[in-house]
Amino acid sequence: MDSSSGQPEKPVVSRGLDNFFLDIYSIFQFIKRFFREALRPPLEVKEFIRQCYMVGYKSLALITMTGFITGLVFTKQSRPSLSEFGATSWLPSLIAIAVVRALAPLVTSLICAGKVGSSIGAELASMKVTEQIDAMEVSAINPFKYLVVTRVLATTVCIPILVCYTGLVAMLGSYLDIHLNEHTSFVTFFQNAFKNITFLDFGTTVFKAIAYGFTIGIVGCFQGWRASQGTQGVGKAANVSVVVSMFLIFLEEVVIVQVANAFR
Amino acid sequence: MKNFKPNIDWQDKVIDIEDLFKSFGSNHVLRGISLEVHKGENVVVLGRSGTGKSVLIKIMVGLLSPDSGEVNVLGQEVPTLSVPELRELRLRVGFCFQNGALYDSMTVGENLAFPLKRNTPGISRAKVKEMVANVLDAVGLSQTIDQMPSELSGGQRKRIGIARTLILRPDIMLYDEPTAGLDPITCTEINNLINEVQQRFNTTSIIITHDLTCAKAVGDTIVVMKEGKFIKRGPFEEVFESKDELIREFYDYNFIQ
Repeated sequence: MDSSSGQPEKPVVSRGLDNFFLDIYSIFQFIKRFFREALRPPLEVKEFIRQCYMVGYKSLALITMTGFITGLVFTKQSRPSLSEFGATSWLPSLIAIAVVRALAPLVTSLICAGKVGSSIGAELASMKVTEQIDAMEVSAINPFKYLVVTRVLATTVCIPILVCYTGLVAMLGSYLDIHLNEHTSFVTFFQNAFKNITFLDFGTTVFKAIAYGFTIGIVGCFQGWRASQGTQGVGKAANVSVVVSMFLIFLEEVVIVQVANAFR
Repeated sequence: MKNFKPNIDWQDKVIDIEDLFKSFGSNHVLRGISLEVHKGENVVVLGRSGTGKSVLIKIMVGLLSPDSGEVNVLGQEVPTLSVPELRELRLRVGFCFQNGALYDSMTVGENLAFPLKRNTPGISRAKVKEMVANVLDAVGLSQTIDQMPSELSGGQRKRIGIARTLILRPDIMLYDEPTAGLDPITCTEINNLINEVQQRFNTTSIIITHDLTCAKAVGDTIVVMKEGKFIKRGPFEEVFESKDELIREFYDYNFIQ
């Protein structure tokens, strides 16, 4: 059912501020509906698997390249500073901490916000403005469950897996550079690298990745779901999905790091 | 004109709308609409663009909620229905969108099979295939089964849209501007298809249009909408004897004298 007739004609404070609070309210309502629909069986298994394929498998090439280059370049950039103190042996450990704690989740989620978030936003917005979502509704199909729940679950499940994969690939990139320069063996590199990684580091990263995945999915779906104004609305939904997702990812990073550091 | 006598049961009201109001902010779209549609009847709602014709049928399937008034469809008061009840009702009311609203990511065959599979748990693949083939045959587009919606013409998209609705065998069909943006020959094909649906499946239909040729070809009853109200109701010939300026303008534009 629509709510268009319930819009206030005159702003309570100012049009901008009213819209901001209405947006906040709408997104919380959207999240509430997501959990309600997600917990109500049956799950759209086929569509969920298709979305996992789109989010996970279709992002692998980009993630592999970015992860590998991140590890390699970060190692190259860190070496001169550590060499000054004769501490190049700390490189594997330093890289591992940086990759596991920050680089892998951030790089993966920012790439996915751009690639997956925009695609979800544009796809749903395009379905909205061409009445395909209404067509599902009038065919007695629950479009929220079919389109939104599957996509948000797919990003929430696949992005943590992609984060672990990015971490691994970044470490391989780093190993390549260290092996070429310091002739360190594969086993020694990984023994040194993971010496200082704790369960808290790993657990925090997985938690972060789940939060980022959920954020990317829910923001993309929300922007697409409420799109209007024809093709202009499609472009806006894709664009806003990326910008808002990235902003929220950085915000969540700050909060989660603060909380995690309190437990160290 | 129709080449068959429609089987209308004038005692059986399948749609009964009383004093319906709907506004979007300060834009008052529907201002006290009342409408009765009988079983087997094709009612054409005629009016200028932006007069709220589409809003009316969207309210009938619960896509929009009215501000006030009664909307009774197949014996059920639509605005008071729960979500599961509304879904049950929607299985019996087909809605054909202006541009077909076909799912871009699916082939024509998948578009047709999708609502069928979702609403008929346990249906066999063979049965789905058979029903898809039958309904495609009914709209004369069997050859498009493996095509994507982007490969179809405007008229084909509308016919597939009608086929997707027909596959659930609804009691009521709601057509939103079925001939808008089409060439005259395709318009005639769509009009014939609407009549064929009425004759073959004995469906009740509401056709939203501003095309007089379509109204004349498919309508058993014509209602004319102006500024959110119905100003005239009756058979085509009776309505167009009217001296109302809006109706005359429609006449002049469509070259019907």
